[in-house]
Amino acid sequence: VKKYLDVMAVQLRMSVLQALAYRADFVIEGTVALAAKLVALLPLLVLFDQRTTFQGWDRTAALMVMSYFIIIRAVMEGMVSPSVQQLADRIRTGSFDYVLLKPIDAQFLASSARTDMFYIYDLLYGVLIGVYALYDRGTWPSPANVGLGLALLVTGVLAMYALWILCAAAAFWIVRLDSLIAVVGVLYDAARWPVQVFGRVWRTVFTYVIPLALMTTFPSMAILGRLDGATAAATVGGTLGLLVVSRIVWRLALRSYTSASS
Amino acid sequence: VAAMTDHSHALRTLRAFPTLFRIGVAETLAYRGGFLMAVVTAGLPLILLGLWKNAAAAGPIAGYSSTKFVAYFLGIMIVRNLTETNVSWRVGEEIRTGELSMRLLRPIHPVLAFAAQSAAGIPIRSIVSIPFALYLVFGSDGIVLGSEPLQLAALLPSLILAWFIAFGVKFALGSCGFWITRTYGLNSWYTMAWSVCSGFSMPIALVQHTAYAPVAHVAYWLPFYYTIGAPVDLMTTHMTSAEVLHLMGGQLAWAAAIMALVPQVWRAGVRRYEAVGA
Repeated sequence: VKKYLDVMAVQLRMSVLQALAYRADFVIEGTVALAAKLVALLPLLVLFDQRTTFQGWDRTAALMVMSYFIIIRAVMEGMVSPSVQQLADRIRTGSFDYVLLKPIDAQFLASSARTDMFYIYDLLYGVLIGVYALYDRGTWPSPANVGLGLALLVTGVLAMYALWILCAAAAFWIVRLDSLIAVVGVLYDAARWPVQVFGRVWRTVFTYVIPLALMTTFPSMAILGRLDGATAAATVGGTLGLLVVSRIVWRLALRSYTSASS
Repeated sequence: VAAMTDHSHALRTLRAFPTLFRIGVAETLAYRGGFLMAVVTAGLPLILLGLWKNAAAAGPIAGYSSTKFVAYFLGIMIVRNLTETNVSWRVGEEIRTGELSMRLLRPIHPVLAFAAQSAAGIPIRSIVSIPFALYLVFGSDGIVLGSEPLQLAALLPSLILAWFIAFGVKFALGSCGFWITRTYGLNSWYTMAWSVCSGFSMPIALVQHTAYAPVAHVAYWLPFYYTIGAPVDLMTTHMTSAEVLHLMGGQLAWAAAIMALVPQVWRAGVRRYEAVGA
C-alpha cells in the first residue's frame, strides 16, 4: 500500500508542476470562471423561486445536491477523465506496453496518471456551496448525519470512478474514446438535480441504469438526515457492485490488448 | 490588378466550398462515434424537458405550461442540432499543436475551411432532429407552433443568423489560443454561461417573470440568446410584429459585430503566431 501512496504522491507533484507552468491561466481560472459558475446555478434558483418545494425538495436541499455534483465533477474532470483520455491515447499508440511492464497494478497507474490541478477551485467552490446550503437551512446536521454524508461522498466518487473504468475498458475495443467521454460528461450533467424531480422514466434510468442517484441524490439525503437505512445500505452495496463489475470488465479488456506492433 | 486577384481569390474559394463540404461530411461519417455523440447530446434537452414538464404538472410556471415546455425543448433540440459546432475546440487544438501552419499555407482562408467543416455536420445531425421536428409540427395540434406569416418568414433567416453567430463567437473563442495556452477552460466556461443565458436550460422569457428578471435582461444583450433561444421563440411562441423585428434586429446586430471584430482578432493572432516562429 505504501508503494501505491508513494506513486500517487509523485504523480500529484508532477501535476502541480504542470499547473504552475500556466500561472496566468491559473489566476484567470480562479476569478473570471467564478461568474460562469454562479450563472450555472440559475435554473435551480429559478425553479425554487416558482415552487417552494418540489417532489420533497426545497431550495437549500437542492443546493446540497448541487454541492455534491460540483465536488464529484471536480474529481472526475480533474483526475479521472484526463487519465482515461491519456490511457486511450496510449492504447492507440501502443505505449500502454510501458504501463503494463511496471511492477504496479495497471488500473491504478492508468487511472491516476494525470491530475489537472485547475479543478482545485471547483472542489473549493463545491464545498462552499454545501456549507452555504447547510447555513441557509438554519439547522446544522447531527455529527452522525455529517459522517454518513461524507462516507457516501466517498462511495459517490467511487461509483463515478467505476463508471469511468468501464469507459476506459472500452478503449481497448473502440479506438477513439473522445465521443464516449463526451457522452458520459453530458449524462453526468443530470446529476446536478435530485433524481426525484424528473419524471418516472428518467428517475428509473438515473437510479438503476446510469446510477447518478448514488453519486449526488442519496449522499445529500444522508447529510440532510432523510436517508433511510435500507437506501444507505443499497447505495454502498450498489457502489461495491459497480466496482467489482468494472474491475472484471477491465481485466477482460486487458486480455484483449494486443499492443501496436503485434 | 489588386481588384482582379481579389476577384479570382473569391471565385476560387467559392469553387472549393462544395469539395470542402464533401470532405467534412465524409469525416463525420468516418467517425461513427461522433454520430453517437450527436444522438446523445441531442437527448440532453429531453432530460431538461422531463424536469420542467414534471415541475409544470401542478400548474404553469411563470406562464409556461407542460405543453409549452414540450414545444420549447423540442425546438431547442432542433435548433441545437442545426447550429452546434466544435470549431472553438478545433481551432484551439490546431494552434496548440501547430497544425494550423498547414492550413495557413493553403490558398483557402482557414475561416472558410473551418466553416465548411462545421456546416458539414448539419446534414448528418438533421437526421436526428427530423422526427422531433415532425412531432413539433404535427403532434402538437398546432397550438404551440407560431402561425403568424411574419414569424414563419423570419424563421429561416433567423436560423442562418443563429448558425453564423454561434460559429463566429466560437471561432473567436478558439482564436484566443494564440494568446493563452489553455483554451479548454475558456470553452468550458463559455458552455456553462451559454447553457443558461442562451435559453438552452430554460426559456429566458420564463426567467423574466421570476425574482431573477435582471439576469434575463442582461441575457437579451449577450450573444448567447441569439444562437438558439431566438429562433426557438420564433418557432414556438406567438409574437407581435414589433417583437419579431426586435429579435431579428438583435441577431443582425450580433452578426454585424462578428463580421467586424472576428477578422481583426484572427489577423492579430496570426501575426503573433508567426512571430513565435511555430
